[in-house]
Amino acid sequence: MTLHELLIQPFTEFGFMKRSLVACLALSLGGAPVGTLLVLRRMSLMGDAMSHALLPGAAIGFALAGFSLAAMGMGAFVAALGVALLAGWLSRITSQKEDASFAAFYLIALAAGVMIISSHGSPIDLMHVLFGSVLAVDDDALITVAVVTTLTLALLAVIYRPLVTECFDPGFLRASGGPGAAVHLLFLLLVVLNLVAGFQALGTLMAVGLMMLPAITARFWAQDVGRLSAVACGLSLLSAWSGLLLSYHCELPSGPSIVLTAGGLYLLSLLVGQRDSWLSRRLALRAHRVA
Amino acid sequence: MHPLRLLHRCRAVTGLIFGLLVAPLAGAADNASLRVVASFSILADMVREVAGEAAVVSSLVGPNADAHAFEPSPAAVKQLASADLVVVNGLNFEGWLQRMVRISGYRGPVVEATKGLRARAVHGAADPHAWHDLAHARTYVVNIRDALAAAAPSQAAVFQARAANYLQRLEELDQRTRAGLQAVAQAQRKILTSHDAFAYLGEAYGITLLSPHGWTTGAEPSAGQVAKVIRQIRAQQVRALFVENISDPRLIQRIAAESGARVGGTLYSDALSPPGGPADTYLKLMAHNLNAIRAALAP
Repeated sequence: MTLHELLIQPFTEFGFMKRSLVACLALSLGGAPVGTLLVLRRMSLMGDAMSHALLPGAAIGFALAGFSLAAMGMGAFVAALGVALLAGWLSRITSQKEDASFAAFYLIALAAGVMIISSHGSPIDLMHVLFGSVLAVDDDALITVAVVTTLTLALLAVIYRPLVTECFDPGFLRASGGPGAAVHLLFLLLVVLNLVAGFQALGTLMAVGLMMLPAITARFWAQDVGRLSAVACGLSLLSAWSGLLLSYHCELPSGPSIVLTAGGLYLLSLLVGQRDSWLSRRLALRAHRVA
Repeated sequence: MHPLRLLHRCRAVTGLIFGLLVAPLAGAADNASLRVVASFSILADMVREVAGEAAVVSSLVGPNADAHAFEPSPAAVKQLASADLVVVNGLNFEGWLQRMVRISGYRGPVVEATKGLRARAVHGAADPHAWHDLAHARTYVVNIRDALAAAAPSQAAVFQARAANYLQRLEELDQRTRAGLQAVAQAQRKILTSHDAFAYLGEAYGITLLSPHGWTTGAEPSAGQVAKVIRQIRAQQVRALFVENISDPRLIQRIAAESGARVGGTLYSDALSPPGGPADTYLKLMAHNLNAIRAALAP
């Protein structure tokens, strides 16, 4: 097997491989900066919570319109945004921290989702979509993902400065009368949008993996937000590309292959990354001793 | 196991336990007409055709639901407990039934509609989807007729007449299909379907069936498997692809677009469509499937 057959040919011979890769490319472009900002805002677990909050909305969409990605995506969007807004609002009017209200609401949403699925026909259809099939990306899903990515990048460009400032110094932003709450809301909207887009292609649970793992890994390689996002995006693409190849050559399920590749890159970076990794700490320690 | 699946299992267990509690109450209902419970919608429809007004027929697994993944609810256990006759497919199609019968306290006959027919083997076990062959459907009807007659001997003549009429209609559909398929050469009768339920149909009408599923419903396929299927369709020049009513249709559409085959529409396999749908009776289901296949194979 030549290198070309190993790495390139699956994508040139088969359209579905091309589509999967393009969908992942779009998801990476939008998801990487959003994931990076989630990590910087210490909200890494929120992506996961949100992905569960999608469930009742998707289920209602499914119950009303059957196997329609538009209806399910719309339902998922409304449900997740509802949960995010409610949790944010409650944390402002009560003494509860946002993560606590979030946990409460996503658990309620999850249970409601399971309830709706169980009472409306076969759970198998919905399982397909929840765990996704990146190989079955159709035109609609591809367009949705592309539109969401474009929106994400445009909106991020607008709110980038206050968003980053709020990450590092929320007090300063508030003191200088910055648009803290509005920016936070817009950011939540972006998180939800990206998860819904990911849900069209990868399934909710796998989509969070492609969003968060590269963003967390990037911290072993870069420091400022711009570079972190760029590295995360690169890692995310690399995971998609090698994950798809793994799924192609070794006949492994494609979604998990992609996320596990991202996980592998994380573990590797943990060991030999440029910053704060096991290796760099050893080297620093030795340099310290020598000096 | 994913938490959702786990929850689902828990639900099934509570269902059974609850069923145990309510089952003894159910036997007391009135006993005017014959109450027949069939395991799934297709069988229930056959029983209705033969029994007519003489019986109240219900189905444990409803239309559009998957009998393979059925999970008993308390209502289903109650339904079983108050039955006079239970008709099942047999050939291990309803793996969950025995336990359910035991729990419900039902003591009457459990009749297998496939009794006496020669089942085809798949991986060493009998393939239960025999109703997809109209010739086997005759066995179903005869078994159902005899079971009904044994349960209500006074109505035996009615069942006899209705069954004869039904058999006649099945026969006509069979003849029509054979005539229609004659336009397609044997070598070109190749279809690909997402469910392995249609082997009997393929055998009966000389249609070669290929399956894209090295994966089962629910499991995610690998890119390698999909690529293999696309190559296979191109190489063997499969004419048509069929999406079945209980699995992800997008993947089949993708494969069709890429391999140049025709997407033949929906085939109904293990369940009727809900009332008003294109396959809400067994006869309509067979006519729908056979027509769809004939149309997709047409040159």
